[in-house]
Amino acid sequence: MVMQYELKTMYKFEVEDLNAWFGSKQVLKNIRMKIRDRKVTAIIGPSGCGKTTLLRCLNRMHETTPNARVSGKVFFNGINIYDEDVDPVQIRRKMGMIFQKPNPFPMMSIYDNVAIGLRLNGVKDRKKLDSIVERCLRMVGLWEEVKDELNASGVSLSGGQQQRLCIARALAVEPEVILMDEPTSALDPISAAKIEMLIRNLAKDYTVVIVTHNMQQAARVSDYTAFLYLGELVEYGPTKQIFEKPRNELTEKYITGSFG
Amino acid sequence: MRDSYSIRRIKDRLMLILVWSSLILALIPLFSILLEVFFNGVRAISLEFFILPTPTVGETGGIANAIQGTLVTLGLASLMGVPIGLMTGVFLSEYGGSKLSYLVRFINDVLTGLPSIVIGIFGYTLIVASIGFSVVAASFALAIIMIPIVARTTEEALKLVPASIREAALALGIQRWKTTVFIVLSGAKKGIVTGVLLALARIAGESAPILVTMGYWRWWFSGFNKPVSNLALNIYLFAISPFENWRVLAWGSALFLMVLMLGINILIRVLTREKY
Repeated sequence: MVMQYELKTMYKFEVEDLNAWFGSKQVLKNIRMKIRDRKVTAIIGPSGCGKTTLLRCLNRMHETTPNARVSGKVFFNGINIYDEDVDPVQIRRKMGMIFQKPNPFPMMSIYDNVAIGLRLNGVKDRKKLDSIVERCLRMVGLWEEVKDELNASGVSLSGGQQQRLCIARALAVEPEVILMDEPTSALDPISAAKIEMLIRNLAKDYTVVIVTHNMQQAARVSDYTAFLYLGELVEYGPTKQIFEKPRNELTEKYITGSFG
Repeated sequence: MRDSYSIRRIKDRLMLILVWSSLILALIPLFSILLEVFFNGVRAISLEFFILPTPTVGETGGIANAIQGTLVTLGLASLMGVPIGLMTGVFLSEYGGSKLSYLVRFINDVLTGLPSIVIGIFGYTLIVASIGFSVVAASFALAIIMIPIVARTTEEALKLVPASIREAALALGIQRWKTTVFIVLSGAKKGIVTGVLLALARIAGESAPILVTMGYWRWWFSGFNKPVSNLALNIYLFAISPFENWRVLAWGSALFLMVLMLGINILIRVLTREKY
């Protein structure tokens, strides 16, 4: 009992022997890692190393790609999300996902973009929706910028604002985890800095997993860093240790820019 | 040098003349039809034309019953054809990729090219044979003409919705069917409406399937198991009639249908242009 309690408080995810394929190509090989609750964990590695796939395996989005396959276990709050009786829709509701390119729903207003997740899950009370929309937009620092134009289209915003809108949209369904797939790679440096600050703030209440190919970003925002290479988890530990005293030669080569 | 240059110039001119004369040749019949219909049709236009039903010989009358009948038929045809066409389009775009969807797409394309009289005969054997010439039979035949058009345009419209939008919805924990209905379909709304309007414009001008499924009717609507009057069919029947007042009505109906098509096409343009 006591051990389980500890597991629950310390780790949000426990990945065990995770393998993933696209068709016959194996992109993840025997990944084992534990992801801590209310911390920012960064996944770094060269292009094509499987970091995005690993992220998408955490909320069962990987399997939505045609010909994609997964084996192994991912425990989320102690429950294996790949168990047969687990509904992927329920899992995804507990995890917000932010994509590389901001993807607000183009035909919806700013308000509706944030409210849609709740609406389609049955929340109709206008007052409740209003307050959640305001709270989420405030959390991402967008409220002051858009409060007078909530009915404007979500795509009328700048790229950085759109990405924060997407984060607000993800927060609105009250997830426990935020999964981010290179969330700032399509943004200018100022917008990116705002998102990074936001990530630090989010880590107070949420478990954040962020895939990034920007090592400075990983060093700035994350508490833990995982280095993936060719589908294998090469090294995983506190960010400070990974960047200052990497144990593995490959990790050192990668973070010093010798390859990748 | 100089010679080859002037030859090239002559060839260039010849090509230009050829293209322009083809264009004019193609436009002559088009404009002569438009003008002919317009000047003859305008003579029929009056208040009575829009509010009175088909007249008897020598009386004044109008096409009000035909407008009503056409609207009823188109309405019922849309009720039958649009949902099925829409769902087929959704299947092809969202759940496609299998062998079955290739087959469906192929059959759908074949159906688009089927002569409308064949579809009319199909409606005749299936419905007229049991309940008689009726709105239901005509609408059924028209619905079958609509389905492949709506299905195809829906599929194309849905394919224009980027995959990232579907992913965003799925990642929010929205079920697949809700994602399709509330996110993807609403994103493709304009394209789908365009497809439905195109299909409506197509069936509004159909007369052959109407002839074999409903026939001629000169009174008002009196039930779905009875025929109604139809604009396109009236043009054919009135134009070949010996009565002067009917021939005028035929021109008037032709003008009315032409303006209707123009209206639908302008509506499509307006709808597809206006975007966020």
